[in-house]
This record gives sequence, structure tokens and C-alpha cells, in this order.
Amino acid sequence: MSIAKSVSKPAKAIKAESRKAWWKNYASSLRYSLYVITHPFDGFWDLVHEKKGSIAAAHTFLFLFLLTRVLKLMLTSFQFISAPIQHLNIFEQALSLLLPFLVLCLANWAMTTLFDGKGRFKDIYMAMCYALVPYVLLQLPMILVSNMLTFEEGSFYSVFLSVSVIWCVFLVFVGLMEIHDYGPGKTFIFLIVTVVGALVIIFLVLVFFSLLSDAIAYFISLYREIVYRLY
Amino acid sequence: MRAMMKVLAVLSCLALLMTAVPAAADDSFNLERDGFSTSYTYNYDYWGDAQASPDAYRVSKVIDSVSLGLDNLGGTRIRKAQSLFVKGQELYVADTGNNRIIQIRMKGDDFRVERVISEAAGTIEDYTHAENYYNKTKEYEAKIAQTLNAEKALAALQDPSRDQLASDEEIAKATTDLEEARAAEETAHDEAMTAEENAKAAGCRIWQYEAWKKNDEGAVSTFFNAPNDIAVDEAGNIYVADTNNNRVLKMDKDLNVIWEFTKPLDATFDQSISFLPNKLVVDVASRVYVLCVNVNKGLAKFEEDGTFSGFIGANAVSINMAEYIWKRYFQTKEQRAASESFVPTEYENICIDKDGFIYATNTIFSEYDLKSDSAKPIRRLNSLGNDILIKNDRYPPIGDQWWIQESTQNGPSRFTDITVLDNDIYVAVDRTRGRLFGYDSQGVLLWAFGTKGNVDGAFTGAVSVEHVGYSLLVLDQLKNNITVFTPTEYGSMIFDAINSYLQGQYDQSAELWDAVLRMNANYPLAFRGIGRAVLRQNDFQGAMKYFEMAHDRENYGRAFKLYRKEWVEKNIWWIILIVALLLIVPLVIGRMKRMKWEVVMHEHSKVRK
Repeated sequence: MSIAKSVSKPAKAIKAESRKAWWKNYASSLRYSLYVITHPFDGFWDLVHEKKGSIAAAHTFLFLFLLTRVLKLMLTSFQFISAPIQHLNIFEQALSLLLPFLVLCLANWAMTTLFDGKGRFKDIYMAMCYALVPYVLLQLPMILVSNMLTFEEGSFYSVFLSVSVIWCVFLVFVGLMEIHDYGPGKTFIFLIVTVVGALVIIFLVLVFFSLLSDAIAYFISLYREIVYRLY
Repeated sequence: MRAMMKVLAVLSCLALLMTAVPAAADDSFNLERDGFSTSYTYNYDYWGDAQASPDAYRVSKVIDSVSLGLDNLGGTRIRKAQSLFVKGQELYVADTGNNRIIQIRMKGDDFRVERVISEAAGTIEDYTHAENYYNKTKEYEAKIAQTLNAEKALAALQDPSRDQLASDEEIAKATTDLEEARAAEETAHDEAMTAEENAKAAGCRIWQYEAWKKNDEGAVSTFFNAPNDIAVDEAGNIYVADTNNNRVLKMDKDLNVIWEFTKPLDATFDQSISFLPNKLVVDVASRVYVLCVNVNKGLAKFEEDGTFSGFIGANAVSINMAEYIWKRYFQTKEQRAASESFVPTEYENICIDKDGFIYATNTIFSEYDLKSDSAKPIRRLNSLGNDILIKNDRYPPIGDQWWIQESTQNGPSRFTDITVLDNDIYVAVDRTRGRLFGYDSQGVLLWAFGTKGNVDGAFTGAVSVEHVGYSLLVLDQLKNNITVFTPTEYGSMIFDAINSYLQGQYDQSAELWDAVLRMNANYPLAFRGIGRAVLRQNDFQGAMKYFEMAHDRENYGRAFKLYRKEWVEKNIWWIILIVALLLIVPLVIGRMKRMKWEVVMHEHSKVRK
């Protein structure tokens, strides 16, 4: 009894400690994103090789990205955005960004693995999610700012939007370069190859599902035929 | 193995989602597609969705051959009429199928046939008079010349400076000749005067004969052959686009032919094609603009004296980049010759407004060019022929926003005619779905109404639209009748609101817009109108609310700017306070920390000592 007690106590403590450590690690990996977006060359290298980033933080950024997108559609002043809110489904909007993002990550992983890219799928996913941080950091405040601007001052708003997108694209480029240990030329080629790969994936998935539905339809009709014959 | 299963599971989830997404997307947008509004009258909201609206116009009367009593007047019913023209209280109908023009007098609700013009005045008899007069005049002129010659001959004989004096016989003969010539001149003069009197009595003029003579056949046909359009100028002269006679006939109000515009013998006019005037308009200076079949250079312009002075308003050639590359680099020479070349298209119909700008409609375009507004189905041409139509709405004036693609039955709206009301509101008639679209001077859709069918207020072949005040007259070439629409209370309220705004009576305009809004809560123009009035009363927040409902960004920005200024002025102390706090608090905290640290260090140093 006493032994069991003495064993369980440290186990609980260890668990609590590890949880605490995990939170600490999570917080530092979140904070590390600020370093990544300002020093992308060092940042992305250390993100993967020095284990400065965490998948949990990557998930968080992706979620924030989707949230930003949805909030932008809903809350931006009507002067700057013409979203037909009565027709919009926020899950649809989120998915229309999430799916291409995942498919592109997958395609990049599939292509770079064949051509000695050093990054694993996890690394690619993590780097891509960290590259989305400027979008969140700039566009989230711009939602608020848009409600303080008039139509004529719109150039101020649109400049920030373009900056956020250009920054993200630059980060994606640098991120892939560092993760796979590629040169800029090769990275550029593989960006194009990734898009082609994504199209191939979509094609295969569509073919797979159309064949699957045909197969299911076949078995259903077979079953019906048998049922007709038996009764 | 497990990893593979995981990947497969993720993939299948993705695929499931992918198949689900387009289905969901389809679902949310299929409302009111193809402009198939279930309502007779509707307008489009900011999102391009059709919104049912109260009727802006209702049918007040349908005029056909029977109600006009044309059965009793020679018994010929209207057949394939192509055009309407209104001048004051006179309504002219180009009854193309019967080669005649019907002039109708409108008196309120009463429409009565004034006259049926089936030929220009001046019969062949008239022309013989004219010819006689012409010949006699020429003869008289010849006689005058003869007299002059005889006088000259006599003078020469009697010249004292001659070397050899003329004999008496010679002089006597010359004198007799002169006297004879004088007598002949006298007779010719009298004859010419008589001929002129006769011609005048017959009501014809010398230009008629000249016009007649110009024609190789030796006679101006006084009859029409497929008159497709008619116009009347300020002086009351009537112009008829006499298509199959290859001419435009200008007649005075008693139908005497004044001039005939035939194919211009000009290098800019392709001489290999025949001159088939189809539609025409006349401006205040009696210049005639003619829309010709098979001519794609724009409108042929004739001066008042009948001289051709070139083309205006040619439709720009629309080149599709992909199509161009395909034709230029991938087709063989034979293929290129067989396929159509890049040529501008002809206009469908024209109309002139009170300021002399020509509104032209165009029905030949690619339907994909409509929404990007490169097709420009309605144009307003200035004297240089440039399109100056104002388009300040989100959507260009193209009629219906939605239609079934590539279908002969449906497809986009194609405007066969247009008319411009006095306050620059223009109404175009669509033959695809038999609808009328009214736009204000800023290009904002006011209302759309109409449908296809045989009941009153529906059309099967709407070809022409005209207006009398705010009433609209629509000619149907298959039903061969004219539908008269008059504005309802709702329709006239919209007009009144627009007019009072244009006259600067903003508050009255706002009241009218408010009344419009009570009848139709889906009317963006009304929200905008009220917003403007509210803004003038310095209620910025209220104005912002209305402008937001109207989706009017410019005006909202204007109101918001004022509101923002007011807000900042009102809350300036709070803003300063907050900014100060944000600046001072960290400063104080920093100072406190440093002091604390200094104290600690001081204690430490004490301990060390």
C-alpha cells in the first residue's frame, strides 16, 4: 500500500512536470515564429534541424490562418470587400483553403522525396504553417483597421494586404529551400512541379472515387437482381 | 503498413470532402438563375440576384389594326411593322410588310389614324409638268443665247473700224435675224412662265424633276419598298428609310419629295455593296444618321443638303487573344479564308436623345464579354462617335444578369431598340425574353419587366420602343400590335424622386424615396437617395446606415469620414488619456523596477562590506 503510494506520487509529479514542459516548449515554439518570419534563412534551418518548432504550433498557425480568412470575410468593412455573406458557408470557405494547402504539401513531399529533398512530410507541413504567420499577423489587425478607413484611403489597406501575401510567398520559397537543402533555382522548379503534382493527385482521387462509386453501384445492382430473382 | 493505412485514410477523407464541396457550392447559388424571375417586374440587387418588385408599369392599352380601324381603311392590316416614331402627339408606324407608313394621332388614351402614307406626293403627271417646265426653261435659255449671238453678229457688221464695210443686205438680214430671235425668246419666256405656273399649280417643284432625272430609269418611284424606319425633324420633314429602294426619302409634311439620299459615291463607302438603309435618326440640324445593312463602319452621316459626310461611331473590332493566336499561327491559309475575319459588327438600332447624342444598341457579341463590359450592348455616341455612356453601377447595363449559356431560346438579353426619356432615363427592349429594362442616367437599373407570351403586356417579337412623356409604346412585329404602358404609382414615384433630385429638391426627393421604400424594400437607389438627404442633415451615422444598405461605397466613405472626425473631436480627451497611459505606465513601471534593483544592489554592497 505504502509502496504503491510512494510510486504513484512521483509518477503524478512527473506527468505534471512533463505537461508543464510541453506547454513551455509550445509557448517557445510559438514565439519562435516571430524569429522565423524576420530571419527566414536561419529561422527555417533551425526550425527543423534544431527542433525549435513544434507540430502543435504549426497546427495553431494553420488554424489561425483559416480563422483569419473567415473573419476577414465576415468582419471587414463592406467598403473593401464584397463577400456575398448570405451565400457563404464558413466551413466551405475554410475547406477551400485547407484542402489545397494539404494537397500542395503532400505533392511537394512526394516530389521532393524522389529528388533528394531532405525534408520529411512533417517538416514541410511545419515550415508551410510557419510561413503563414505574416498573413495572420497583418491581416487580423487590418480587419479592425478597415473599419476605421474610408473608401478613398483604401490604398493604405490594400498595400498591407499585398505586403502580407508577398511576405508569405517569400517565406514559402525560403522555407522549402532550407528544408530540402536546395538552391533557389531548384526550389523554383520544384514549386512548379509541386503544382503539377497536386493536379495529378486531385485527378487520381477523382478517378478513384468515380471508380469506387461505379463498383458500389455494380454490387448494389447485383444485389437487386438477386433479390428480384429470389422473390 | 500502419503509416500507409493512415495516408490512405487521409486521402479518402480529402476526396470525400472534395466531392462534397462543389455540390455544396452549387446549392447556394442556384437561386434565381437565368434571370427567371417569377415576378413580372423585378430589379437586381447588389449581388446580381433578381428581386421581385411592384409593377412600375402597367398595360393601359393595346392598339392593333382592328382598334385603329385599319380594316375599314382599305382593309390592310399591319404586317411585320418594324419601327415606331413619336413626334409631339403624332405616332408614326413603319408598316414594313405593307410598304407604308401609318400616322396616328394620340390624344390622351385615344389613338386615331391620321393618314396612311403609302407613297410620296407627286405622281407621274406632276413630273410631266416639272419636265415641261424644265424643258421650257432650257429652251428659253437657248433662245437667250441665240438672241445674244444675233446681237453680236449685228454689232460686228456695223463696226466702223472694219476694213471693208458690210453691204446693206447683210445688215438688213442680221437685223431681221435679231428681231426673229427676240420674238422667239419672248415666246419661249412666255411658254416657260406658263409651264412654271402649271407645275406650281400641280404642286411640284423643279428639284423633283432633277431628282427624277438623276435616276437612270427616269422616274423616282413614289412608292415605298420595305420602309424600315421613319423619323421626323423639327421642321416637320419626314424621313423614310426606304430599304429595298436603296434610298432615304426626305419629304416635307405634305409628302412632297425634297431630297433622296442614295448610295454615296464616296471612296469610304464600299461601292460593291448595295445601299440598304435600315434605321435612321435626324438631329436638330436636320443631319441624317443612317444605319445601313452590311455596313460595319458605323452610321452614315448625311448633311442637310443631302451630301454624304462620312461615317461616325464605328464599332471597335473585338479581338480575342486566344482566337487571334489560333487564327494567325495555327490555321492554314484555306482555313483562315473560310473562317470569318475580324470585323466590327453592325449596330442593331439607334435613337437620338434631346441633347443630340445617339444611343445605339448592339446585339452581336460574345456572351462572355458582357459582364466584363467589353461587349457594350448599349452605347451613347457623341459627335466624334465615341461611347460616352455613364456606368456607375456595379453591373454594366446589359439587361439580365443570368442566362442559360449557348442557347438559342435563352442566352443573354439582346436589345432591339432603345428610347431615351427626357430626364436621360433610357429604356431598352430585349427580344430574347421580351423584357424592357429601364436605366437612369448613371446606368443603374430602375426596373425590368415583361415576358414572352400572348397576353397583354407580354411580347413574342418586340422590335421597337418609343415614349410619350413617361408612357412607353412597344411594337411587336409578330403580334402586329402596339402595347401602351403607363407608369403605376410606384413607377411614377421613382421618376418623381429622380427628377426632384436633379432639380435640387433633395428633401422632397428623400420623402419620395421613402415612399418608394415602403412599396419595395429591395430598392438600393431609394436607400441611396434617403442616405444623401440624411447626410445633408448632418446625421452621419444614419447616412452610413443607409449607404451601407445601398452598398454605396463612395458615399459611405464620405459620411464615415465626417463621422470619424466628429467622433475624434468628441472623444479627444479619452484618446489622449489612453495614449498617455500607454506611454506613461510602462515608463513608471520601468523606473520602479530600476529603483528596486538599485535598492537591492545597495543592500548587496552593504552585505559584501
